Amino acid sequence: MITAAPESIEAAAPSAPGLRAWRRFRANKVGVAALAIVVVLAAVALTFFVLDRMGIPFPRDPDATDLERKLLSPNAVNWLGTDNLGRDVLSRILNGAYISLTVGFVAVFVSLSIGVVVGAISGYFGKWVDNVIMRVVDALMCFPSFFLILTAVALLGPSILNIIVVIGLVSWTGTARLVRAEFLTLRESSYVQAARALGQKSWKIIFRHILPNAAAPIVVTAVLGVPEAILAEAGLSFLGFGVQPPQATWGNIIADGKTYILDAWWLILFPGLAILVAALSFYLTGDALRQAVETRSERQ
Amino acid sequence: MSKPILQVSDLCIDFVLEDRTIEAVRGASFELAAGETLAIVGESGSGKSVTALALTRLLPVPPAVIKRGEILFDGQNVFTMDAAQLRKLRGGRIAYIFQEPSTSLNPVFTVSSQIAEAIRLHRPDVTDVDAEVIRWLDAVGIVDAAKRMNDYPHQLSGGMQQRVMIAMALACQPDVLVADEPTTALDVTIQAQIMELLASLKEKFGMAVILITHNFGIVSGFASRVLVMYRGKIVEQGLTEEVLRHPQHAYTRALIDCIPRLDSNEKRLKTIDHAALADA
Repeated sequence: MITAAPESIEAAAPSAPGLRAWRRFRANKVGVAALAIVVVLAAVALTFFVLDRMGIPFPRDPDATDLERKLLSPNAVNWLGTDNLGRDVLSRILNGAYISLTVGFVAVFVSLSIGVVVGAISGYFGKWVDNVIMRVVDALMCFPSFFLILTAVALLGPSILNIIVVIGLVSWTGTARLVRAEFLTLRESSYVQAARALGQKSWKIIFRHILPNAAAPIVVTAVLGVPEAILAEAGLSFLGFGVQPPQATWGNIIADGKTYILDAWWLILFPGLAILVAALSFYLTGDALRQAVETRSERQ
Repeated sequence: MSKPILQVSDLCIDFVLEDRTIEAVRGASFELAAGETLAIVGESGSGKSVTALALTRLLPVPPAVIKRGEILFDGQNVFTMDAAQLRKLRGGRIAYIFQEPSTSLNPVFTVSSQIAEAIRLHRPDVTDVDAEVIRWLDAVGIVDAAKRMNDYPHQLSGGMQQRVMIAMALACQPDVLVADEPTTALDVTIQAQIMELLASLKEKFGMAVILITHNFGIVSGFASRVLVMYRGKIVEQGLTEEVLRHPQHAYTRALIDCIPRLDSNEKRLKTIDHAALADA
């Protein structure tokens, strides 16, 4: 029976591991919806960033003040109302999207780069190398990360670049731990032994043989790390240590609006919703991704 | 016999654990001639795999400690080689096939990319790597090699996976092939196929083979010389025929008796009485 239908079995199990994970991901409706929102958000952020750079303010100039039209509730002209300086809230939210997403993605990229390399070295070499690195990680983890970020940004000055780098530098410890744990298991596997028996170099074994096998959990942490960074940036901006005005970000729109919370609910609600939707869709995407790649039996 | 390519003398390996020290190999000495087939037979824990891994210093140090002894490969002392020399030795001169083919192949790469890696590593002069991969897959009897080379390990059966491992080992054209229980994880019919394949490849390419096994049954038709290990010591070595016919050591006799025979009237399978052996 088995010899009769090898073609159909192969068709049912696509070859590349990534492809199989994608098939399982597609079966998850919440995950697909969340991913769609993420893609739309990214597209919106990119579009409005490009429009802004090209000098085409759309729907209107996010920085143009109009004191005669200040604190208007949502209306036909300003769909999401205006703030205390008469600036269009919708324009500011759309314009701020790219800051939030850029911070999210780049900070994760920074933290992932550090975390993966440090964790890989720690887990692969073990012994005293592992001990030293893990004690440093423990020490870093003792500090509440948000306050560490806050302090660092306060000292360095609140530019976008500083914020990204600081968030990245502070948040790699979790990734390092995770990657180390994966490496501790994977380095004992037969194919690593086989690669060593083949005379392969250590760094090639680490990055070519082990890392791809640890890719699934790393991708998941990366996706789950994006909303963390977005929230951190929003928090910093809310406290006034984030990206400085007039550049709009979701955090500082709320910060500016909090004085008027009783009179102008739209100043808080809409940027708050933007943060919520962005963070939630990243979390749900990450979660669906985790479920899709977690069938470990397939990797054996 | 030609001059030995591998000389192991008085090899002693300990495993130092937190609360005790295990003497895994206790004074093993043997030689391997170029092109020769040697079987190392012994039960689990007798030190045969440890000896095999020590040949290219693959043992994790610590916990393993080389207490004494010397391993000369082609006149060079393996224990004084630097990292670069060791990498050339591993795979390039002494290649391994391990017990479990399904886990010895990296699950996220196609078999061709894994064989190609081995070729690029040890034979940088090969320009058409793909053709070379196909040639070796053909050599180990994989049907439709050009198509199967793009398969991932999980798409192959255990026997085919082991064939790929053999192709990978041989593609580097080693002088010595160490097969560490190459058929233990495979079922009996496949075992026979793999052993036949190894024998024919040996015939064709003329490398020396060290076959590590606990099964005297597969030794007889394959290895010209056999070496019996028990508790870290080589208790007996000699020509396979001699050892099988006139085992000198009680343990060898016990091991041979463990092979079930169709023509015997025994109701129970023989086991090894370690207490009795310890006294002997």
